[in-house]
Amino acid sequence: MKFFRKFFAMTALALALPGAALAASPDTEPVKSTDPQRLRSIEERVEQLESRPVTPTTAAGANSFNPEISLILSGLYTNLSQDPANYRITGFPVPSGVEIGPGQRGFSLAESELGIYANIDPYFYGGLNYAMHPDDTASVEEAFIQTTALSSGVTVKAGRFFSGIGYLNVQHAHVWDFVDAPLAYQAFLGTQFGDDALQVKWLAPTELFLEFGAELGRGRPYPGSDRDKNGSGAGALFAHAGGDIGASHSWRAGLSVLETAPRNRALSETNLAGAAVTDSFSGDSRLWIADFVWKYAPNGNPARTNFKLQAEYLHRHEDGQLTYDTTGVANTAAYDARQSGWYVQGIYQFMPRWRAGLRTEQLDHGTVDYSSNNARLPRSGFNPTRNSVMVDFNPSEFSRIRLQFARDDSRQSVTDNQAFIQYQMSLGAHGAHQY
Amino acid sequence: MKNLLKLFLSAATLAFSPFAAAALHVFACEPEWGALAQELGGDRVSIYVATSALQDPHRIQAKPSLLAQARRADLVVCTGAELEIGWLPLVLRQSGNNAVQPGRPGYFEAANYVTKLEVPTRLDRAEGDVHAAGNPHIQTDPRNIGRVAIALAQRLAEIDPSGATSYQQRQQDFTKRWDAAVERWTKQAAPLRGVPVVVQHKGFPYLENWLGLREIASLEPKPGVEPTSAHLTAVLEQLQRQPARMILRAAYSDDRSSEWLAGRARIPALALPFTVGGNDKAGDLFSLFDDTVQQLLGALK
Repeated sequence: MKFFRKFFAMTALALALPGAALAASPDTEPVKSTDPQRLRSIEERVEQLESRPVTPTTAAGANSFNPEISLILSGLYTNLSQDPANYRITGFPVPSGVEIGPGQRGFSLAESELGIYANIDPYFYGGLNYAMHPDDTASVEEAFIQTTALSSGVTVKAGRFFSGIGYLNVQHAHVWDFVDAPLAYQAFLGTQFGDDALQVKWLAPTELFLEFGAELGRGRPYPGSDRDKNGSGAGALFAHAGGDIGASHSWRAGLSVLETAPRNRALSETNLAGAAVTDSFSGDSRLWIADFVWKYAPNGNPARTNFKLQAEYLHRHEDGQLTYDTTGVANTAAYDARQSGWYVQGIYQFMPRWRAGLRTEQLDHGTVDYSSNNARLPRSGFNPTRNSVMVDFNPSEFSRIRLQFARDDSRQSVTDNQAFIQYQMSLGAHGAHQY
Repeated sequence: MKNLLKLFLSAATLAFSPFAAAALHVFACEPEWGALAQELGGDRVSIYVATSALQDPHRIQAKPSLLAQARRADLVVCTGAELEIGWLPLVLRQSGNNAVQPGRPGYFEAANYVTKLEVPTRLDRAEGDVHAAGNPHIQTDPRNIGRVAIALAQRLAEIDPSGATSYQQRQQDFTKRWDAAVERWTKQAAPLRGVPVVVQHKGFPYLENWLGLREIASLEPKPGVEPTSAHLTAVLEQLQRQPARMILRAAYSDDRSSEWLAGRARIPALALPFTVGGNDKAGDLFSLFDDTVQQLLGALK
């Protein structure tokens, strides 16, 4: 290539010389002078002709053969008016291993994530997201493969991944608009539902975005429980619709249902006498989620200002057998609970780099029937609420510093005033984000 | 109305060429490639343009509507060179459409067919949002569009072989008109050679390379980082020592920093259309450069 470039340049020079007036190429007029402007124009023409090959000049693909590697770094300063060790959501007990609540007080590392993703071959895409927690433990957040070679709108995904239910569930913590997940997600999903599963999605061939998905999984995480059996322990169905309204508005709405069949799922509760007990639940848990998100950006350009409104409603029905105080009385009786919760949040970018957001949320204690255990366990008449406000500053698209205040009334007759300062930075390949 | 027109067009295609399939669905990432595909495809293609000239091409989101359109596409025509890295990979992966995945004939990256400028020698995010493959804003040099046209026509013929002759003819016709227009613009723009300019975002290296404009400063301290008042003040000081003739920004860019500087440095700030649809005049590829060259020349007066 270089040789040819030289060759062409020399030919051009030769053509430009008065002695070479009899040009070899028929479409080149005889040259009359050594005028530098003329020389330049000939050089440009040569360059133009030379760079006309229609074979690609570079190979496509991120990072040649290396996978895209990204690292999310996040840290927090937390100030809580209540001791987080006593944190619970009144009326919504969860198993002891499930992480809910505002976390530690003082300085702490928030979740750091290492992501490695790539096309495996022309048929599959896959990747791993490894989360490192502040207590020096680590977990596989996602490790999945996904088809890219199927047609007719079908995509199959297998491995461990965040379920497609709801709106927030598939999003990694570093793209949340607040430091923490909504109370409803904490109470009903233990913050996020990521299972070892198989997912099939189908995108309809319509102008309106219409997507349907089904998942079958192990059902290991809360609200399920790990079971030693063939077959599946969890199933989910979801449907999403979405589109644009003019150039400035876009929206998506969805309806999902998640069914799990926990066996001996331990629940930490406080009995009517005020003592901590561990109960155990076996039965069926069905969670419905309705979600809606609307985004506005003038002319579709979010660079200067934009607005996002997001709301979800979750409703859970559990029925089966509950064993009260597994290490003591161990009384097993029928259990039937219908509970719900919702949140609404709005995020407004009021000038480049700066965003502000408000979130309001509530859980509805609903109806809980412990049958013969009603005499031992409290049936709360309390609806937990929380209101949060945040402001974040984004020096670039790779960095974010956030300040958040919340008034958390998750515990009956205890108000926790919370303040957070958080940074979230992403280095390395920065993959595309979900809508 | 639009649907009626489409229906009529497809009916006409069917009536006049008994072997023609339904229109080829082309998903164009940017308006310039939509306009080019329309020039080359004529009635054989139906074009969906994913983004508009008023959107910052770096800040597009993987909206549901884009997914729905990618699902139906036979050919995806994009700039490449990482311009669409923030949304396109996700859209394609979730589209369930194997025909348009990278590496397949249905995936076309225009930047592969031109010589790229500003290929960084140092890949470091401390330099801002740099693109490893080079500057992706290739459409501001019309000669690049001419090159892409040849490759795109070949690709259209590969995907839709029954239309091969039509694509070739249309491409030859377009190239003829285009080359003549490029010659005209180049001639008109001769006074711009060597003229010092300030840019808002490093979006114009190809335009500068074509017309011989000299970029002496940019309003973004680093690519993709919003102009800060400290940096603007520094640029203003620089302009007092080393004057520029005009400030260039793309139609989608916020006008405040360039207007601020223009007022103080007493030079015009131009909102160039940047792509098709960037202003009322830039309705197609030809008028895009008509307007660009006219605006640049106007600022010299």
